[in-house]
Amino acid sequence: MSIDLTIVWAAIIGFAVMAYVVMDGFDLGIGILFPTLAVGEERDQAMNSIAPVWDGNETWLVMGGGGLLAAFPLAYAIILPATYPLMIAMLLGLVFRGVAFEFRWRDSRHRALWDVAFWLGSLVAAFAQGVTLGAILQGIHVENDAYAGGWLDWLSPFSVLTGISVVVGYGLLGATWLIWKTEGTSQRHARRAAFWLGAGTLAALGAVSAATPFLDYDYWRRWFTMPNVLATAQVPLLVVICAVTFFWSLKQGRERLPFLMSLALFLLSFIGLGISIYPYAVPRAITIWDAAAPPQSQSFMLVGALIIIPLILAYTAWAYWVFRGKVGTAGYH
Amino acid sequence: MFDNLDPVILARAQFAFTVSFHFIFPSFSIGLASYLMVLEALWLKTGQGVYANLFRYWLKIFAVVFGMGVVSGVVLSYQFGTNWSVFSTKAGPIIGPLMAYEVMTAFFLEAGFLGVMLFGINKVGKGLHFFATCMVALGTLISATWIIAVNSWMQTPAGFVVNAKGQFVAAGSWLPIIFTASFPYRLVHTVIAAYLTTAFVVGGVGAWHLLRDRSNPGARKMFSMAMWMAAIVTPIQILAGDAHGLNTLEHQPAKVLAMEGHYEPSPNGASLILFGLPSNKDAAVRYKIEVPYLGSLILKHDPTAPLPGLSDFPRDQWPPVPIVFWSFRIMVGLGFAMLGLGLWSLLARFRGKLYDWPWLHRASVAFGPAGFVAVIAGWVTTEVGRQPFTIYGLLRTAESSSPLAAPAVAVSLIAFVVVYFAAFGAGTYYLLRLMAKPPEAREKEPPKVPQRAAGITPAAAGAQLTAGE
Repeated sequence: MSIDLTIVWAAIIGFAVMAYVVMDGFDLGIGILFPTLAVGEERDQAMNSIAPVWDGNETWLVMGGGGLLAAFPLAYAIILPATYPLMIAMLLGLVFRGVAFEFRWRDSRHRALWDVAFWLGSLVAAFAQGVTLGAILQGIHVENDAYAGGWLDWLSPFSVLTGISVVVGYGLLGATWLIWKTEGTSQRHARRAAFWLGAGTLAALGAVSAATPFLDYDYWRRWFTMPNVLATAQVPLLVVICAVTFFWSLKQGRERLPFLMSLALFLLSFIGLGISIYPYAVPRAITIWDAAAPPQSQSFMLVGALIIIPLILAYTAWAYWVFRGKVGTAGYH
Repeated sequence: MFDNLDPVILARAQFAFTVSFHFIFPSFSIGLASYLMVLEALWLKTGQGVYANLFRYWLKIFAVVFGMGVVSGVVLSYQFGTNWSVFSTKAGPIIGPLMAYEVMTAFFLEAGFLGVMLFGINKVGKGLHFFATCMVALGTLISATWIIAVNSWMQTPAGFVVNAKGQFVAAGSWLPIIFTASFPYRLVHTVIAAYLTTAFVVGGVGAWHLLRDRSNPGARKMFSMAMWMAAIVTPIQILAGDAHGLNTLEHQPAKVLAMEGHYEPSPNGASLILFGLPSNKDAAVRYKIEVPYLGSLILKHDPTAPLPGLSDFPRDQWPPVPIVFWSFRIMVGLGFAMLGLGLWSLLARFRGKLYDWPWLHRASVAFGPAGFVAVIAGWVTTEVGRQPFTIYGLLRTAESSSPLAAPAVAVSLIAFVVVYFAAFGAGTYYLLRLMAKPPEAREKEPPKVPQRAAGITPAAAGAQLTAGE
């Protein structure tokens, strides 16, 4: 058979991570923006706009983690110990924000407390994810197929930069989602926030892109040597086009386009990361073929994945469609 | 500060803590999802408002329980990697695909339809809403099936070969990996346990409100339904547990011997030790109260059949007997007490006094949380009984862990304990507060719409909470 299942699985895991980033990205982003929303109607609207879908969004994180364990067990077994405190922080953050969805309605006296939990949990989870990205990009110390570094090796100026970038980027996704799903004052606030978060995201994107090629000679070679540059140059070009469209759509008062352009920016960043990392599962140490599960495991899962993932996408799309339109002040109920 | 602690012990404590805490929620939400499905079906079929009221009542509770189950479950999918990376590398090719199937066939199904189930009643028709409820219930059962397959493979591994990298990989077909020797027994026992746990919670809540108002139709209906479950399903569970035990004796004899407290072999028939203080150090059970021959009668169905002892096994393969011995007795004791409650309710029912015996209601309230205790005790029995292995007989727990730093594990363990008690403690309090409100008889006639669970308009939510206080 000529199809390399390892590449297929790398694509599936990549898709799951991407799906997670954009879907949980906007609902984590709403958490990050929560303190800037007015107490009462504005917060309730924001919460109601994501309450029916956040659980499905977060399931992509389990798919990413579980899929990595299944398809690339060695990568899973190296990356997680290497980013141990980040993973724990992310998980605890997700606990706090996840329970806040229900708890804030169950306890009006302590709603302010659960709103803080929702904000802090979202912020910590997003930051930890961003730092993890930086930690993977800057390289992980591997010996004998196991993590061989200390428990704080992930901490560096670069990883903090990627952490902040992801927080700002998720904020942008959240703000543009609110432009789409709300109206009136909420929408106006979201529009103003989206402008600054858009500018911030582009600055962060620029800073990370500028710093990445200097982490390692290989990244430089991938991006800037001929003939690669002819292909890779399309990414920043498209980023510029999306950025211009984004600000234009914001100014025009468009409701859906800012969100779609923000998604496009994330997608392009993701492609950029792919160009930098491929074919490594752990940059500079473990390739996807080193890390891959044996072919029996890959093909067993693939049969299911090819049938089930399209079904998942279909009913997820249906669930979003059921809750289409503005959330309104009284919610959608 | 934590450098002189054993990181593997800390990692084990962390996993035991997070997995035990997590399983409290699914053991409730598996049962509750099916209960909600039954209630909605009865409502659609009969049009009686009481079913809609109960559906709405338990849906609010389900939303809180499910949320806590999700977030505590996400933690587990990453803990295999943070603390048990050697296990993940070696067993990943076998258990990874099973868990990936769990995510794809169960988690997405539950999550995808949960939004519609909780919030969508006004957005979709009744039939489609019922379909969403069914999909959520189905998702919980599919999830249980896959994760029990994973656990059972770790208990009774089959269908694998070890490759050059030392990884466990499928030998051929995946069927022997999924359908291992202990899988059907463990699955049946676990799912029935979830149903019984839910039944006793529902029964406890119903009884609580009957003690205040015997005429509340919602309380009467839920108490009656729960007591049917207690009377019919508890005996089935005891039989399933017995079959599971015999299966364990065949495949993991050391675990059963630890449960029974038999250090020495019994060539002429084993006694049943009711109580005592086992000690691995002395290899003996002190102060034991035992019934001669009953052990062999239960385990071999022959009073004089010989039974081995733990001393027939190498010392370094003994599980920690005291924990297993006692957790097993807690589970079995509660099981028989539940049976007693079920029989008591039958007596009351046939005398026409099901809603009139306050002591039956008080006992039911006391037994509200009994299912959770029994479930956790059962899992402690089977998981601690598997020690000192993660993959029974093949991979030792001590050789499964990540290259761990004790301070990182210790700090994160403390963080988990603090966060879980804060977040899930608050959640439990909110659940109890929801349960303390009597089911309202809001709908006498077949209603157009039941009210939805969470995200009610703030004013309405506030009013409802105040009404409940």
